Amino acid sequence: MKVAIFSTCVVDLLFPNVGQAMVEVLERLGCETSLPTNQVCCGQPTYNSGYHKESNKVFYNEIDALLSTDADYIVGPAGSCVAMLRQYPHILKDNPDYSKKAQELADKSYEFSQFVYNILGVVDAGAQLNAVATYHRSCHMTRLLGEKTAPFALLDNVKDLKMVPLPHLENCCGFGGTFSVKEPEISKQMVDEKVDSIISTGAQVLISADASCLMNIGGRFSRRNENIKIMHIAEVLNHNVDASRIRYKNQPTTV
Amino acid sequence: MTISTSDKPFLTRVKESENDHFMQQSVAKAQDAQWDKRTAAREELGNWEQWRDLGEQIRQHVIKYLPDYLEQFSDNVEKKGGHVFFAQTDEQAVNYIKKIAKEKKAHRIVKSKSMVTTEINLDKALLSLPETSLMETDLAEFILQEDNWDEPTHIVFPTLHKNRDQIQKVFNKLGYSGSNDPEEMAKFARKYLREYFMQADLGITGCNFAIADNGMINLVTNEGNADLTMAIPKTQIVVMGMERIVPSLKEAEVLDNMLSRSAVGQKLTSYCSFSGPQVSGESDGPTDFHVVILDNGRSNALGTDFEPVLQCIRCGACLNVCPIYRHIGGHGYGSIYPGPIGAVLSPVLDGYEKFGDLPFASSLCAACTETCPVRIPLHQLLIKHRKVMMDKLKMDHSFNNVLMKGAGVATSSPILFKIALEGAHMGSAPLSKSKETSVDNLFNYGHIEKAPSLASGWTDVRDLARPPKHSDDFRSWYKKHKKEQQEGASHD
Repeated sequence: MKVAIFSTCVVDLLFPNVGQAMVEVLERLGCETSLPTNQVCCGQPTYNSGYHKESNKVFYNEIDALLSTDADYIVGPAGSCVAMLRQYPHILKDNPDYSKKAQELADKSYEFSQFVYNILGVVDAGAQLNAVATYHRSCHMTRLLGEKTAPFALLDNVKDLKMVPLPHLENCCGFGGTFSVKEPEISKQMVDEKVDSIISTGAQVLISADASCLMNIGGRFSRRNENIKIMHIAEVLNHNVDASRIRYKNQPTTV
Repeated sequence: MTISTSDKPFLTRVKESENDHFMQQSVAKAQDAQWDKRTAAREELGNWEQWRDLGEQIRQHVIKYLPDYLEQFSDNVEKKGGHVFFAQTDEQAVNYIKKIAKEKKAHRIVKSKSMVTTEINLDKALLSLPETSLMETDLAEFILQEDNWDEPTHIVFPTLHKNRDQIQKVFNKLGYSGSNDPEEMAKFARKYLREYFMQADLGITGCNFAIADNGMINLVTNEGNADLTMAIPKTQIVVMGMERIVPSLKEAEVLDNMLSRSAVGQKLTSYCSFSGPQVSGESDGPTDFHVVILDNGRSNALGTDFEPVLQCIRCGACLNVCPIYRHIGGHGYGSIYPGPIGAVLSPVLDGYEKFGDLPFASSLCAACTETCPVRIPLHQLLIKHRKVMMDKLKMDHSFNNVLMKGAGVATSSPILFKIALEGAHMGSAPLSKSKETSVDNLFNYGHIEKAPSLASGWTDVRDLARPPKHSDDFRSWYKKHKKEQQEGASHD
């Protein structure tokens, strides 16, 4: 199965560890990966700020770049950015040049954990992590992409990992893209409540499927001088892997 | 137009809310309690997503054929002997209502809760009439009135920002000497209001739904005060937004069901009534019945991207799930319509000059869109407002505007992005700290505590990860990784 990596600008700029873990997991699970070099950004920063004229060029570039390979699927390490790709057909529905391409892109784009769980059908990625962790559910992944199950199901099967539920899972962490820089006064109060909720779980590790939320929450942890380890779900699923333990849906457990 | 509740700038209001810990705690507590109640009430009904489809269809259908339904409704009210007045502006509505009050020589006016009458500032206009007294009979609105006309902070729970001790103090001024027990205070208010009711000569209510095919007014309440307001005074005036209409009782039944569950987490509110003018054979109800149908900016939305905002049934569920409302509260929005629906509706009704800040005060988390019983795409409408302000009205003339346009160019150009990737690590050198951080695995290449320009909003609150050297970034790793794979393959 051929997979084009939708790396996202945040991972390209700041978090090589996330991209690397995602590629390693996908290849371990039998995917042949490629990285379209002309991709830049899904366009949320400008589109969500109201700069729609400027955003169209960003969309065109991203569509052309991500469709430039013969990949069967396009997989990215961020629920929010993938949700944006899925909105392209709606935004560009009256665009004669791009409406069809936008649909093609949306149809084959998946967030990493969603792809592993729903498309590859993996329930246990064979990973091991000795830690107490909690999971931050990103708003866009949950509400716009509609993926509520995959990350929890995959994390449940990580060996030695104890997942503790996060209170107020439903509340936004206060990132919101440019919201976090334009409205720091409100964003601060939101991320503080999130940090408090995470501390209340006693977790040592905070996991999420969106690097941007982690960058926000982790950045506030650091400013408040509170301890936490930040891990993207791809890093967790890539940790201490015993390939013999990899298990697929509907596959009987072998002892 | 008086939907504005404050003259202070948005940021000042946000700061005031931040310092109002009591308000923040009570909003959080109410949101959490409502989350459980609402979820349970919807689950009990079953097939909630299909109900939402139905609710959306009904509301969209009505808005599409609004002129026809308004005409049908108006004809049916008049057939029963009632009067209908179409008011394009708040002023026209207020003048009509004052005229009726004068003609009827009304001295004691009772009102039940109505956001539309708050919108047109009706209470103060009526109190300016000679020898006229007026009483808000909804418990929360009554408290606000007696607390020197404090502004509401929620469209369903107007006194969400007040605690029982504050309410006790308000009641003390009215002769109450009991405890701060809510039940005891409610009993006092009931007795106090009941005495006033018995001598009222004009009743004013809002309207949850107006039934087009029979001219009836549907009111959904929990205190019964709206029914008394309708039953006792001989003259009644109903004030409604022009979009508050349904084709028949069948659709009202669907929407009442969804409204009660969404607004208060109940199967049905304690009172759900359908009424109109007194007809022959009846012993109570108004003999003189007026309906004021208000536009007041609503038609600005018709035929535009913002038309879905007229689908709203004022359940307030979007306020109850909103993380922004959770922190800035109703007063933070500076509009009688706060929360996500308020951030969409207020600029439609009263323009961007006054309410242009509100669409930006959202992280676009879409909790509002997810909970809306009639599927208003609230977070998308917030983006549409931003688009109108930036693309069309070009309202931002700050340096940030230049930066955002620059971001548009940069994120559409692979070449510029490549340059950014190559230079990000060095470029951030003057800003970076090598200081230890309490956070593991986020700042593997250092962190930034104070960034300039737009990014300063980020570092005001949180540390920023420093970009890795180009040779350590993801694209460089991937290139090496692929090369190794190919070399590995050629050795095999």
